[in-house]
Amino acid sequence: MNSVNTTITSEVTQPDEVAVPVQESKPAETIIEEGKTVGKPYSDDPKFKLRDVEVFYGDAPAIKKISLDIGRNEVIAFIGPSGCGKSTFLRCLNRMNDSIHICRVKGSLQLDDHDIYDPKRDVVELRARVGMVFQKPNPFPKSIYDNVAYGPRIHGLANRKSDLDEIVENSLRKAGLWEEVKDRLDANATGMSGGQQQRLCIARAIAVSPEVVLMDEPCSALDPIATAKVEELIAELSESYTIVIVTHSMQQAARVSHRTAYFHLGHLVEVNETNKVFTSPEHELTESYITGRFG
Amino acid sequence: MPTKKDEVYGDHISHKFNNELMELKTEFLKMGGMVESQVENAIQALVDGDGHLADEIRANDKKVDRMEVEIDEEATLIIARRQPTARDLRLVISVIKMVADLERVGDEAKKIAKLAIKLQEEGQALRGYVEVRHIGTHVLSMLHDALDAFARLDSEQALRIMKEDKRVDEEYQAAARTLLTFMMEDTRNISRCMSVMWVLRALERVGDHACNIAENVIFMVKGEDVRHTPVEEAEKVVGR
Repeated sequence: MNSVNTTITSEVTQPDEVAVPVQESKPAETIIEEGKTVGKPYSDDPKFKLRDVEVFYGDAPAIKKISLDIGRNEVIAFIGPSGCGKSTFLRCLNRMNDSIHICRVKGSLQLDDHDIYDPKRDVVELRARVGMVFQKPNPFPKSIYDNVAYGPRIHGLANRKSDLDEIVENSLRKAGLWEEVKDRLDANATGMSGGQQQRLCIARAIAVSPEVVLMDEPCSALDPIATAKVEELIAELSESYTIVIVTHSMQQAARVSHRTAYFHLGHLVEVNETNKVFTSPEHELTESYITGRFG
Repeated sequence: MPTKKDEVYGDHISHKFNNELMELKTEFLKMGGMVESQVENAIQALVDGDGHLADEIRANDKKVDRMEVEIDEEATLIIARRQPTARDLRLVISVIKMVADLERVGDEAKKIAKLAIKLQEEGQALRGYVEVRHIGTHVLSMLHDALDAFARLDSEQALRIMKEDKRVDEEYQAAARTLLTFMMEDTRNISRCMSVMWVLRALERVGDHACNIAENVIFMVKGEDVRHTPVEEAEKVVGR
């Protein structure tokens, strides 16, 4: 009888025996094309329409011809290595870069079809519409109540004390902080925990009824529980606000955002649905970054 | 020295992470090799009527089962520790699914070994062994190629395996018809022919599992799930 062995190959290829048909990795710079972003950078219902945006610090370019839409009620996360320009780009959205004298912004940046950088635009009004939360919680050294009431007061949003009380309560509720602080609204905000302070800052930002909330690494100074609370809050807020979040935590971007934008050396390399970015990104550089191959 | 293929999973900032992924791949291939020789030996035991070899296969199946648990554990730890993304995530997820396929292939080998013992004890004339050898050779080469495609990250080879599966199904149908004729010729053949039929069925299943592994390889390489899609769709994915 013939043996089956004559026709059956039995050795399994071991990992170090084979050459593999994969492309050699190219240096990062050679695979970025200026002004070209892979994926889905545009939106059907844009809140922000940003075209060919360039930012310079003096003569040095920090952002190179970025075009992107940010959709209404969308949570979009900006990720990328340090110094890639994601915070600089975020700060263009409510003209926070105006305070840096050597900073120049070029290109077209529109919020609801109106130019953000129109010289006639009231920047205070812009920043009320586009609020911001920073990396480090920065409550005013005032009471919890006054921290939240500060914005509505200077913008004249409440005529009576009862209206102001309502705004403060609503904002604190939305920020998930009301139950924790309702009995000590007069206490100084600086005595709160880091997580509470950050949620207070979010309450303060939303007290003036903004349309957009920009968050620049809002959880990097918080412990995991406070982080989870802020992330929960982002999900709730996304029902009524557009949220742009810069984060160094890729897991956070994966958890909270609808779309993720990957920045690299001032370029916007890829924008895609977050689920796609974290399972099968289109661009080699995005893949390298999110899998921890360079940082 | 690391090969080009190693770089695909091997250039993380964390060397330990590199090693963990490499280890996962190596263990999977080791299990694949083990399962491959289980099937090969099972066919051998059947055609040679070798009861000792059949017993050995049944004992070895426990080792295969243990490997499945170990690899699953390793993969779970990588997810817990590293939160892998993109191609790393696809590797880990695919390995978790593919070890289940390998374990099932091991079970099929055990099933064939049991039938080999039964047929040996019945000691009747050899009918249907030509078909067993033929289909056995076919599915074993599919399994081998699927593991090879995994080792090489070769989606084109994986696609070829997916196409092969249809041919195995056809061969199985043809063999079943032949056995049916034997049974109709002489009813005393029925019990024995049924046993051989079960062997063929087990081999056909091995082909299905090889095909599942191939689908996972395409997912690993291309990031697209081609399960339950027509081969033409898979062709498009691989061609991208």
